[in-house]
Amino acid sequence: MTLPDEGRLRRRRRRLVAIAFAFPALALNLLVIAGPAVSSLYYAWTDWNGFSAPSFTGLDNARRLIEDATFWNALGHNLIWLVLFLTVPMAMGLVGAFMLSRVRRGASLFRVIFFIPYVIASVVNAQIWKSLLDPATGIAAQLDRIGITWLNDVYFFGDSNLSLYSVAFVDNWHFWGFLVVLFLAAMQSVDPSLFEAARIDGAGPFREFWHITLPGIRATLMFALMIISLGALLAFDYSFALTAGGPAGSSDLVSLLVNRTAFTALEPGYASFMALVISLLGGVLLVIFHFIRRNEDTR
Amino acid sequence: MTSGTTFKTTPRTNSKTTLRTTPRTIFRKTFGTGPRTTSRTSGGIQRTPVSYVVLTLLALFAGLPLLILVFNSFKSSLELGQNPLGLPSSLEFGNYVEAWTRGSIGRGMWNSVVLVGGTVIGTCVCAGACAYSMARLDLPFKRGMENYLFVVISLPVQMFIVPLFFLWSNLNLIDSLFGLVVIYVALNTPFSVLLLRTFLVGIPRELDEAARIDGANEWQIAWRVILPLARPGLLTVGLVAGLGAYSELLFSVIFVTTPEKLPMATALLQYSQGHTQLFGLVNAAAVIMTLPAVLLFLFMQRKFIAGLASGGVKG
Repeated sequence: MTLPDEGRLRRRRRRLVAIAFAFPALALNLLVIAGPAVSSLYYAWTDWNGFSAPSFTGLDNARRLIEDATFWNALGHNLIWLVLFLTVPMAMGLVGAFMLSRVRRGASLFRVIFFIPYVIASVVNAQIWKSLLDPATGIAAQLDRIGITWLNDVYFFGDSNLSLYSVAFVDNWHFWGFLVVLFLAAMQSVDPSLFEAARIDGAGPFREFWHITLPGIRATLMFALMIISLGALLAFDYSFALTAGGPAGSSDLVSLLVNRTAFTALEPGYASFMALVISLLGGVLLVIFHFIRRNEDTR
Repeated sequence: MTSGTTFKTTPRTNSKTTLRTTPRTIFRKTFGTGPRTTSRTSGGIQRTPVSYVVLTLLALFAGLPLLILVFNSFKSSLELGQNPLGLPSSLEFGNYVEAWTRGSIGRGMWNSVVLVGGTVIGTCVCAGACAYSMARLDLPFKRGMENYLFVVISLPVQMFIVPLFFLWSNLNLIDSLFGLVVIYVALNTPFSVLLLRTFLVGIPRELDEAARIDGANEWQIAWRVILPLARPGLLTVGLVAGLGAYSELLFSVIFVTTPEKLPMATALLQYSQGHTQLFGLVNAAAVIMTLPAVLLFLFMQRKFIAGLASGGVKG
């Protein structure tokens, strides 16, 4: 059956209008994200310096990366970061949300207080903790006034044994409240009759949490684990604002290294290769999560 | 039909049936569709004190540093040395005046206003039009478009930032707020399109049909019928995009370096690096930066939380 001519014309017109509506978003996306992303697939295998024409160098960047201690140092920090963020904020978020779900009065006030650090810019949060953890003007100085002196010589951001953990601590301070809100929303949609049944059976709060709350919010837990994992590979702000990766690379992260390699050392070709490696890691994580999710669904 | 909120209710899946875990289902859940589940806090009274103790400790952990920031912004360097954490002895606005006038903070705020305004308008227009096309119009390859958007959302920034910088320098967009706005709009659009689309899908088609019968064209339908109903969704998108543009660091550090053009976030960073031990002064600058965002958040908590919770990857 063929459409009458006029109908076909009208249909084509409708399509053109639809494409016109979608065009600005799509064009911007191709220009800013997709285009550069695809081109970096090529630049990763060249000695491009950003200005002259890149020349293809095969596996040179890969060989260089394998022997590049600064890269492995930074990647190691990203993995520590990953482990820290998969545990500490998850635990704090779960505890906070579970407690919140059990109280009636003041719940929304607590929720707002927990969430405020998440709304504040990273540079501000960095400044807050820079001054709080400064030995001369922060917590240490206050403790010193009442005779506790063991914090006096601790330089949280200046000591290479502490810097990475101090930076992660500040990032976590800003992040965990977000998880509280995310988990709370999920907990509130767990079927309330399950809790009543558990109570009738005499379950205490811990067993309620373990057997009903946790399984009930599994989907959201998976989502949180996924965004944390991807975020840990991309972490930039706090390390940049607090220590710039220092001292002596002790809080360096891959994103800072990519940044320095591309724009300070002017080796965008090599930086693209690093970025490709870290993106592949992110892709692997996504695939793993995809399979876990599929297993859950078919159960 | 006056309130748009009635339309955002997508059918609420019963919690018995296991949801497929997509970011969409998560954000539908967090987005607060449907009535809030009735309180299930009927747990024994004897358990709540423990909860309150823990919650209070957590609230102090989250809130005290912010209070101290405000306290210390009123202190001189001398007072800060004697009284590092306590209440300030007097409400001196000297630090604020100096940070605003002598530092780059006033200028940074103005640059941020331009940046945030441009990003919010650009994102709402681009994402709104695209979402409308996907939800209502005869767009070819809808499914492909949706998948494309999901891929772009999960694409790591490092994957494109390096070539983008050199592309921008060829286009003369480095050191330009406009160039940064274009980037922010592009970064915010994919997620915003998906969010707005779920919104638009909920608006009944009969409305378009009625308008069409009355002789409205495609443009008029979008502008006069759909847009007013989609306003709550656009507000959420605008808040997320605006807050993102206000506090974003990575792109603004790399793409704008001229002191006169620094937005608030990088201006503050530079200010703090130039005044390392003058914590009172830098704290005042930090409070100036925080105030607009926190006030807006306090006024529109629900929108903010819903939007940011559906937001996405942010370390």
